[in-house]
Amino acid sequence: MANVELKKLKKVYGKDVLAIKEADVFIEDKEFVVLVGPSGCGKSTLLRMIAGLEEISGGDLYIDDARVNDVSPKDRDIAMVFQNYALYPHMTVFENMAFGLKLRKYPKAEITQRVEEAAKVLGLTPYLDRRPKEMSGGQRQRVAIGRALVRQPKVFLFDEPLSNLDAKLRVQMRIEIKRLHKQLQATMIYVTHDQIEAMTMGDKIVVLKDGIVQQVDSPMNLFNNPANKFVAGFIGSPSMNFLQGEIEKTEELEFVSGTVRFGIPNELNLHDKLSPYIGQPVTFGFRPEYLYDKAKEKSKQLSVDMDIIIDVTEPVGSEAYNYFHFKGQEDLTFCFRSDSAYDYQSNETITVGLDVARLRFFDVETENRIA
Amino acid sequence: MKQLKIQKILFYGLLLVMTLIYIGPFLFSLSISLNAEQDVFSWPIKLIPEKWTLGNYQRVWQDLPFGQWLFNSVFITLIQTVTNVFFASLAGFAFARLEFPGKKILFAILLGSLMIPGIILLVPKFIILNEFYLINTYAGLTLPGLVTVVNIFLMKQFFETIPKDLEEAALIDGCSYFRIFWQIFLPVSKPALAAVAIYTFQGSWNEFMWPVIVTTTREMFTLPVGMAFLKNEFSVQWPLLMAGTILISLPTLAIFLFFQKYFVQGVASAGLKE
Repeated sequence: MANVELKKLKKVYGKDVLAIKEADVFIEDKEFVVLVGPSGCGKSTLLRMIAGLEEISGGDLYIDDARVNDVSPKDRDIAMVFQNYALYPHMTVFENMAFGLKLRKYPKAEITQRVEEAAKVLGLTPYLDRRPKEMSGGQRQRVAIGRALVRQPKVFLFDEPLSNLDAKLRVQMRIEIKRLHKQLQATMIYVTHDQIEAMTMGDKIVVLKDGIVQQVDSPMNLFNNPANKFVAGFIGSPSMNFLQGEIEKTEELEFVSGTVRFGIPNELNLHDKLSPYIGQPVTFGFRPEYLYDKAKEKSKQLSVDMDIIIDVTEPVGSEAYNYFHFKGQEDLTFCFRSDSAYDYQSNETITVGLDVARLRFFDVETENRIA
Repeated sequence: MKQLKIQKILFYGLLLVMTLIYIGPFLFSLSISLNAEQDVFSWPIKLIPEKWTLGNYQRVWQDLPFGQWLFNSVFITLIQTVTNVFFASLAGFAFARLEFPGKKILFAILLGSLMIPGIILLVPKFIILNEFYLINTYAGLTLPGLVTVVNIFLMKQFFETIPKDLEEAALIDGCSYFRIFWQIFLPVSKPALAAVAIYTFQGSWNEFMWPVIVTTTREMFTLPVGMAFLKNEFSVQWPLLMAGTILISLPTLAIFLFFQKYFVQGVASAGLKE
């Protein structure tokens, strides 16, 4: 197993289409790292550069402290699981899994032993003689993982491996891959556009947008302390609510946006960071989880009363997503998450308060987090 | 409902007429080849001969160097079929999957060569082979048809439909490009390969123009050329000619019947993949 280091890694297509702009990421040995971002953000390109399937335009790539920019994919000691499985259709499951080992001239007995072991781990033993087309999507994906597994590579690469599976199977495979990671203690790099997948699987998440690494951090840190507005909005479901307003100074600092006005308590240590923005526009961000019905929640330190009017509610089982607007501000809709037992109705007015420990502010121009 | 029935009857009627138009000459040839009489064009024409015999077939083998011509035809056809399948897929793979300087221009030139009528090339081809003293040799008969542009184009189009992931998975597994071609692409391209093989076999087996130009002695003739020489200035031995023709058409008929599935699949799947 090995660490992987990306140093100012750059990818340019043609003359001036920048796909990756100077990515700096350090992936430790045995770490499960997820590259996440919206379509076209460059996450797959970055993974393919690590695999050696895309040429590197600039910067350095190290696997196990060796520079591998010009090393061919087969000599990088990596294995990759593709989105479309990429199984060889004319070979049986056994042959698919054994192919890489055969090419590396492993003794027959060892090949058989490794394939059988991997098949056992993945529950594929009864299917070793089948061809891919005789198997379901989930089984095929398992074979693709098995093919990577038998190689015992330094680094495993996964390129959106679950996106072709149905929701239930996806959750099942997610757990299986995570279990495998624990069992193998291997370095794994995983690409997905699904932030839930990223949050649940990764030890560390790399968030990308337009080829630029936005933040590299643990899932909970990304959720609680996003570096900028993009990360704040991308991580978390439903995503963070944003409201543009101004910082005003009265006895304490206050955020004001139309009819919405609340104080920012001094003890939160936000004043130093927000003071330069007094009289300036800022973006205020709050997660749907951190808005509470004052009639129900008594234990938390909440902001002043704010009246909201429910537009639509979406019950999703134990909880409900309530879409609302602040009283007197019909044109902006936000989301708030509640226990579905509260059973809010459309046009119902309720008084809510924000968890003051969870207030987030972003610079309007740079979109970086202020506090 | 009634209208549908009429439509169906009309449709089948049309199919029957078309089938007769195509199969009619073949049945007529078969009838003549089995006719014991020499005067096969007596009026009215009889599709079922009054006196029939297999003697014409026997005479084809005994009176003509049919065995030698058969060997020539089989030899040339087999070589050209094998080389077309191999070289067309190799070139098709390169054009579909490899990046090399001048790829687009080279392919445009290849396709452009399709616009030149084959007949125009007969003389230059003859002159070139003559310079190399290859006229009336097996090399002269086979070399010009070792690979054709149409087959390269067909294979390129097919290879382009194979997902790139498959090639990349093989690269990571440790394949060289030739191994990807040989162990991954060829086995999954059976329908396209079968189509190329069948087209080439048919074309090569029935080829008349080139062999008639490049051969000068009777023993180098291929079957179609040999049969054509049964028609001489003063008489045509129709029963013998037709017996030979029927014999010549048997292999292509057998191949078509045997590989019909691949044949149709190959034509249909030139742009599709499983």
